Amino acid sequence: MILEHTTASLVEWSRWQFAMTAIYHYMFVPLTLGLSFLLAIMETMWIRTGKESWLHATKFWMKLFAINFAIGIATGLILEFQFGSNWSNYSWFVGDIFGAPLAIEGLFAFFLEATFFAIMLFGWNKVSRGFHLTSTWMVFLGSNISALWILVANAWMQNPVGMEFNPLTARNEMDDFWAVLFSPTAMNKFFHTVTSAYTLSACFVIGVSAWFILKKRHIEFARKSILLASVFGFLSIIATIFTGDTSAQDVTRTQPMKLAAMEGLNQGGTGAPFTLIGFPAQDSRLPSDRMRTIRYGITIPQMLSFLGYHDFNAFIPGVENILNGYTSFEGKTYPSVEQRMANGRKAIEALKTYKTAVEEKNETAAQESLATLKENYADFGYGYLQSKYDIIPPVSLVFYSFRIMVAAGLLFVLLFMLSWWYAKKRKFHQFRFLPYLAILCIPLAYIASQCGWIVAEVGRQPWVVQNLMPTNVAITRIASGWVITTFWMFAILFTLLLIAEIGIMFAQIRKGVKEESIENEKNTQTF
Amino acid sequence: MLRRLWEIYYDGFRHLPQWGKIVLAIVLAKLFILFIVLKLFFMPNYLNSQYTTSQEKSNHVFHELTTKP
Repeated sequence: MILEHTTASLVEWSRWQFAMTAIYHYMFVPLTLGLSFLLAIMETMWIRTGKESWLHATKFWMKLFAINFAIGIATGLILEFQFGSNWSNYSWFVGDIFGAPLAIEGLFAFFLEATFFAIMLFGWNKVSRGFHLTSTWMVFLGSNISALWILVANAWMQNPVGMEFNPLTARNEMDDFWAVLFSPTAMNKFFHTVTSAYTLSACFVIGVSAWFILKKRHIEFARKSILLASVFGFLSIIATIFTGDTSAQDVTRTQPMKLAAMEGLNQGGTGAPFTLIGFPAQDSRLPSDRMRTIRYGITIPQMLSFLGYHDFNAFIPGVENILNGYTSFEGKTYPSVEQRMANGRKAIEALKTYKTAVEEKNETAAQESLATLKENYADFGYGYLQSKYDIIPPVSLVFYSFRIMVAAGLLFVLLFMLSWWYAKKRKFHQFRFLPYLAILCIPLAYIASQCGWIVAEVGRQPWVVQNLMPTNVAITRIASGWVITTFWMFAILFTLLLIAEIGIMFAQIRKGVKEESIENEKNTQTF
Repeated sequence: MLRRLWEIYYDGFRHLPQWGKIVLAIVLAKLFILFIVLKLFFMPNYLNSQYTTSQEKSNHVFHELTTKP
């Protein structure tokens, strides 16, 4: 029996390990995605205007980009290793659906990125200006296309589409590549992630430039960088807000429990309010200790309905509605979780009897089992749940993470507007509060990004594949001590990498722009 | 074209600045730890290490999926 072996300890440690490595991996990714875009814009400005200051800016930020890219490279592979070692049931179950996008990512996007990365870094004065500029744009494209495939795979786990389950192989098989690629969940996830990465990169450029201004060094370089990054950042954060809105609508339709957890909404209804801030607390009056009551909540009436469906009177289900069954605003009826658990058990039993019937060459029994399996497959994962309350994710963590992300995003809007205005007026250094705010926004942007992922990934618990496979079924039956050992190995490795990155980056920032330019003038064969 | 690309790589690595050499050393150490130490000794692919054929792997996961109470 799976649960006899998959102890809570093993499940929890496997989850912690994946979460920790994913968080560390994503410390490196967003700067690569966004700074490559800014580099391409800066180099284009140099080619178009011929101003050396743009060239120096390109080279300085390219150096920081290279450090981040190189230190972060291949950190995502540890996640893939874990799929094979800790999550083997999951890896087999998702089959080529998860494998295909990752393979395309590896073969195409990374190849593109790696090839042009070398030309971008080492190709100054060795290839034509036009080809070098093309290479820089290709690095941007490669890194972003690479992100697309990863996010398509992730989106499929949140909203599995374009596949059919093969009961003989126990695998899901892709039957519509385009449905997987262009599912609304995938598109929302991709654009929301990359635009938030651009926002983070803009915060990074403004923050580092603000430090130069505080130190009264490279004032004109810093001002120029701030001007470009604030416009870039403002457009990015607007796009992030827009894609956040479309993502919320998608979550409302495909993962209503995640939305209910984000809001701490127990009892839904029409014209549901949005909670600006509040404190999720345990309440003995609630039927499960997984549920929370929002205390001291400040709400905006009807706003959640508007965010979910762009209709102030739309019905939004709360935790209890989902548990007991409800009819969505689109008119689709969802049975109670207990009913779905019964459906899931039927599907699992049908899977078992189907295989036996096939082996015994009993075609009639096989067809009956297959029909039962197909009929109930949408609720397959519910069959593994022990209690209906198992489908409630950790409400407090999701609730707070969502609000930290949104609050930080709104602060960035202010930062970009103030930065642009004061840099344009050449008064950035006079408004003492602003450089400090800009520096503070660097770690804040990283925290906001991580919070976004916590909302997405913790909010979908207990599912690894939404409605089809819960976390405790996805794991490999290995000793939890082994997972604990590798957890600490990864923790040490990643911490060292992060310290190395921060140390080298700080040293290069302290070195400044001028030295970089001189260094390049002395030795044009290097960066 | 490939020769040109190779020359760019070769010259680039030959003339790495100090910080570039440090980063390169970190990258090489990291790749060694990832692929040689972790992948081989600590993170083997469970199904590949336990079973040889697709049918065996499929049977194992099938058993896992259908034996939960």
